Amino acid sequence: MTDIFELLKGKGSEKQPVIVQGITGKFGTRHTKLMMEYGTNIVAGVTPGKGGQKFDNSVPIYETVKEAIDATGAKISIMFVPAKFFLGAAKDALEAGIKLLIAIPEHVPVQDAMKTIELAKQKGAIMIGPNTPGVMIPDLIKIGIMPASPFKFGNVAVLSKSGTLLYEISNNLSTSGFGQCITLGIGGDPINGTRLIDAFDMVKDYPNLDGIVVVGEIGGDAEEVFAQKIIDENFKKPIVAYVAGRKAPKEKRMGHAGAIVMGNYGSAESKIAMFSKANIPVAKRPVEVPILLAGKMEKK
Amino acid sequence: MRLLEYQAKELFKEYDIRIPDSIASKDIESGRKDAEKIGYPFVIKAQVPVGGRGKAGGIQKCHNEDEFELKYPQVLNMTIKGEKTRAILLEKMSEYEKEIYLSLFLNRSKRCYTIISSAEGGVEIESVKNQTIREVGLGEVTKKVAEEVAKEIGLKENSIPHFVDILQKLSKLTVEKEAELTEINPLVILKDGSMMALDGKMMTDDNSNFRHKELAKYQEKTELEKKAEESGFSLVELDGNVAVIGNGAGLVMSTLDMLTDNGGKAACFLDVGGTATTESVYEALTLISKMKNVKAVLVNLYGGIVKTSIVASAFLKAYDDKIIVLPVFARLMGAESEKSKEMLKDSETKLSPSIEEAINNVVMEVNK
Repeated sequence: MTDIFELLKGKGSEKQPVIVQGITGKFGTRHTKLMMEYGTNIVAGVTPGKGGQKFDNSVPIYETVKEAIDATGAKISIMFVPAKFFLGAAKDALEAGIKLLIAIPEHVPVQDAMKTIELAKQKGAIMIGPNTPGVMIPDLIKIGIMPASPFKFGNVAVLSKSGTLLYEISNNLSTSGFGQCITLGIGGDPINGTRLIDAFDMVKDYPNLDGIVVVGEIGGDAEEVFAQKIIDENFKKPIVAYVAGRKAPKEKRMGHAGAIVMGNYGSAESKIAMFSKANIPVAKRPVEVPILLAGKMEKK
Repeated sequence: MRLLEYQAKELFKEYDIRIPDSIASKDIESGRKDAEKIGYPFVIKAQVPVGGRGKAGGIQKCHNEDEFELKYPQVLNMTIKGEKTRAILLEKMSEYEKEIYLSLFLNRSKRCYTIISSAEGGVEIESVKNQTIREVGLGEVTKKVAEEVAKEIGLKENSIPHFVDILQKLSKLTVEKEAELTEINPLVILKDGSMMALDGKMMTDDNSNFRHKELAKYQEKTELEKKAEESGFSLVELDGNVAVIGNGAGLVMSTLDMLTDNGGKAACFLDVGGTATTESVYEALTLISKMKNVKAVLVNLYGGIVKTSIVASAFLKAYDDKIIVLPVFARLMGAESEKSKEMLKDSETKLSPSIEEAINNVVMEVNK
């Protein structure tokens, strides 16, 4: 399995180069600037039809991801393309050799996401998203759309289906003295390139890991499968969870394409029951997360 | 999009999956004509986008005109689990030997389609014990797999080819229409071993709507939901009296949970989304002002992609235009929250440092 920390950190003092697909769009432009301010090494942009131009007078723009890779050697790309063009842009990136694809767009059709995941598997690449806020190692690299202020470097991994709850809960953690070694947005769609269990595999062997916070929500069975994996692997480090949507009505999509309960499939009750079985406390409110985490760490 | 039974059955028919004679209507005048065409006895079935209608009285047998005149309006005016009847399906009664269960759904953890089938049908699948579950990848179900499932659920020889045929057609329908779920419950076995879909349920991927213009006619959205979609935010109408607004689906769900825990009831779930502007939030407030039963507004924002000041500007404009006359309780965090608090400090909006306090205040307000 690709080591996500190694991919994000790069080797030596050189910062890992990152490509932005859709760099000239309104959203892409804004977040590229914010990522650069944070210190992310944005080396190239890709916008078909705008090859040869420069972004912000400094970052060269290419027609295809292949040209951008040939010029920069980047292995990471973040995508800000409209959902309708997602599949084409993702193919362009994966076929050109991108190893970590951060898929920001919301409203990507499920079948397009599944096709992209198939291709990523063949190419030995990872996709995070779609509909993810991105991934970051606080104070080092931010590849995504999250604001900078909630995050502080530390030893807790935060894995979240939701964007704003990731900010809210990371902020609660930071102000309680729990910095983060990585925060990763799984995404709010039914199908995720990096599932909760995949994200767990990415972080579980991080040497200084003190604990994991899982921010789940109704829909699907990612939380249940995650809890089962914790039981199966007899993982002993502290884990705390939160599940949004306990009081949401059934059979209604609650904002995220994936946040829907069908029968018992995807219900908060089912998730909370599985977390309990795995001895993972579930916070009722976002502010309780650091309190429960502190409790878990004491017991250890 | 969650298709109603009659809509799913229209697609079944298109894909050559056998269904009973049935006609859908939305008023009793059309219903009377349909009754003549179908002929007594038949069943009156409430078309609602939610399960459990049988127990709620949404399916009624009808033997003659007197019964029809009594029951049609009853079922049409019914509300089942908060959902009003959208239409009525009149359906010929069928004689059959056995009810079974068949569905295909998008298995989110395995990231493939999965078949669920059982020789016990007609009840909710959660309560069925002998389920056969088979993961089948992204494409259509092969004949071989369909035969294996048929044997596993213990079908008689004369039914197997019919089951295989229906499962393959259902799979084609699921893949082509980009459905997350297609369910036939019950699928009934007739005397000669052939099969018929007595009920139908489908959930399609809303994000693929742009390439399925043929499904647009099935869109059952309220005026408010349509307006919300046009403005780029998601709205779910609920039956309480506190309008809940925020940015990000997770944060708004979390707010809804905490409000309910504290004895409040949400009138709506409104996520202004990741691309909110002052104009779109103003539009959201306009929508809320048109909703009945709303007594107060609860706002929970964590500024990131969307700056809280964008929302604050929308509130100020809405106060100026007298769009909001209701009490508003808000908690603002993140990007530009200090600026937003300053902007709103002389307005009617009651700001709280924590969401817990804002919720306590809104619950006291509506219970006063």
